[in-house]
Amino acid sequence: MNHSLAELTATRRVLVTCGAGGVGKTTTAAALGLAAALGGRRVAVVTIDPARRLADALGLDALANQPQRVDLDSLRSAGAVNGRRANWWAPIDPTSAEAAAAAAGQLWALMLDARATFDDLIRRHAPSTEQAERILANRLYRNISGALSGTQEYMAVEKLHELVTAPRDMDGNPIEPFDCVIVDTPPTRNALDVLAAPERLTRFLDNRVFRAMMAPARRGLRVVGVAAQAALAALGKVVGTEVIGDAVAFFRAFDGMEEGFRERAQESLALLRDDATAWILVTTPRAETVEEAVFFAGALGEMGLRVDAVVANRIQPHIDPLPAIPPTPGPLRTAVMRAHAIDARAEAHRRVLLPLRTAVGPTAAFAEVPMAPVDVHDLHGLATIAEALCDPA
Amino acid sequence: MEVEQFFSTVRLLLIVGKGGVGKTSVAATIANVASSTGRSVLIADVDGRHGAAAAFGVTDLSYDEQVLVPGDPATGRGTVSGRTLTADDALVEYLADHGMGRLARKLASNGVVDVIATATPGIKDLLVLGKVKQLVAEARHDLIILDTPASGHAVTFLRSARALADSVASGRIRRQADEVMTVLSDHDRCRVVLVTLAEETPVNETIETAFTLEDEVGVALTPIVVNAVLDVPPAVPAGALARLDPAQREAVSVALGVERTRAEAQHEQLARLREALPLPQIVLPERVGTRLDAVDFAGLAEAFVASLSEIGGGP
Repeated sequence: MNHSLAELTATRRVLVTCGAGGVGKTTTAAALGLAAALGGRRVAVVTIDPARRLADALGLDALANQPQRVDLDSLRSAGAVNGRRANWWAPIDPTSAEAAAAAAGQLWALMLDARATFDDLIRRHAPSTEQAERILANRLYRNISGALSGTQEYMAVEKLHELVTAPRDMDGNPIEPFDCVIVDTPPTRNALDVLAAPERLTRFLDNRVFRAMMAPARRGLRVVGVAAQAALAALGKVVGTEVIGDAVAFFRAFDGMEEGFRERAQESLALLRDDATAWILVTTPRAETVEEAVFFAGALGEMGLRVDAVVANRIQPHIDPLPAIPPTPGPLRTAVMRAHAIDARAEAHRRVLLPLRTAVGPTAAFAEVPMAPVDVHDLHGLATIAEALCDPA
Repeated sequence: MEVEQFFSTVRLLLIVGKGGVGKTSVAATIANVASSTGRSVLIADVDGRHGAAAAFGVTDLSYDEQVLVPGDPATGRGTVSGRTLTADDALVEYLADHGMGRLARKLASNGVVDVIATATPGIKDLLVLGKVKQLVAEARHDLIILDTPASGHAVTFLRSARALADSVASGRIRRQADEVMTVLSDHDRCRVVLVTLAEETPVNETIETAFTLEDEVGVALTPIVVNAVLDVPPAVPAGALARLDPAQREAVSVALGVERTRAEAQHEQLARLREALPLPQIVLPERVGTRLDAVDFAGLAEAFVASLSEIGGGP
């Protein structure tokens, strides 16, 4: 069944936006969040490295790893004028129960800090403060969030888990869980990067060679321990012994926490695979980007999941009605010829997107956002994009 | 600037730009132009996306080099080859070259290599650059074009050598880092081609990247390539559209108005970029098509050469 983006933003608990770099993923995530909030839901948007102007539009001037509430009052006050529907989302009758429900909607946003999220996770799972501190101070640990691929993806998923179960505000106080969380993802080629991240990190933390090093006295592990010692000693000669030392110290400090981490990763993964999660694929009408999106849709399919909606940004609208090119040279002919060139671009954009339409199938919603001359820089601009997504004319 | 002058000293071109700016088609265009001067060219990508090779009709690259377009003595075109320099392969090769032999593969399969790479941030990037350095030294190609990783990672990638040289006091890795730094900062051999769109956010990032690369990596820059630039539509004199019916008139004037606003906004960004970075600009037209096909491929090469010829002075 085809669910429109309006339905998805009104009903799903989690919306994940995915796609290549530079396609407007973060802006799309923010616009979907705004649409859900204007419809009356309590929404959190997890952004990853938003452009300055988008951050400004949301009023997020300080980098914060916990949700901050976005003030929608200015937008709402412009919404209803004298009982007339001034904006697409505004209730027709501002005194109705429907209007009251919509007015209760809240939009919160945060910028993901992978390192801080990981630190919180360590503190939560460590049996003692001392153990947590020992891990947090380890050089290998301090490099993980920057250097281990997939960590940022996993932390986005971990943050999602936190927001739907037990979110906290900027001061660390518990707040009510969100009805709807929109997660932006780092630019990836492969759906696996998001879905495999929890598993990949757990496997990293579970490394058998290093674990064998820690427990040479345990029955049956001695032989592995000796072999591992020899391998690591050889490796130390190439990359430096202090590197090996840090790694061994890290796995020693982490000992006993693997189980808790694995369970948490399983829960996060279950949340992503849940029917209440919608996968939104974001693209632009460029051949390279569309190819990546097709690849992504295929990878998602192999994991038993499907793309619920495609958002195609920066689409050239057709010129309708398009006049015929007049035969006589002159300014009219020049203008109409340019109009034909623009319309040919509109046609080309649709042609480029065709393979993606085929790949996601008729069940996925397909929304086109027209190209705009300037970047989104305020809430009204974001509301215009939300309209193209959720209330296309 | 003549094409010959652009390529005369450079042996290694690093293509740098954020995701979605068309870095890959620029890499392919430059390879195309260079091969037309008779140079043999190697295109290498580092993240397993073979976009530039795909422009030559090859979609599957591996760590081993392969010919994308054979050279042709009759026309004087040089060979274009391609390979992908994945970090994992570079690391395993490095370990194998340093006496780890068969153990290297085993360490990769049981995750030890992951742990080591994480414990030494930048080591994978450094080893990829080390491989590039080796290819430059071997001089089997007249020109090597490296399509660097997308987004902000390119800066981290190129900074890896300096970062490791600063943090590792001695040993083989340190020597490797020093040698890579020498190649990157050799203005007679290596240059960075910055690719951007004429839009606010990419222009901001390009300005920042240019200063970071010059100051922190010490690498020299070629003219900046600005991709997908629109021509400003001709002004429509009042009354020129009068002969159209009202619906057509409305549709055409709205479309031309939007197009003009977009084009003017782009040209403002070009001016801003010129002011912030005193570098010449190579302007490539917007390309609309399903794939970089032979026609617009030739068109892009032509536009590249034409735009280059408008730049005065040396590289």
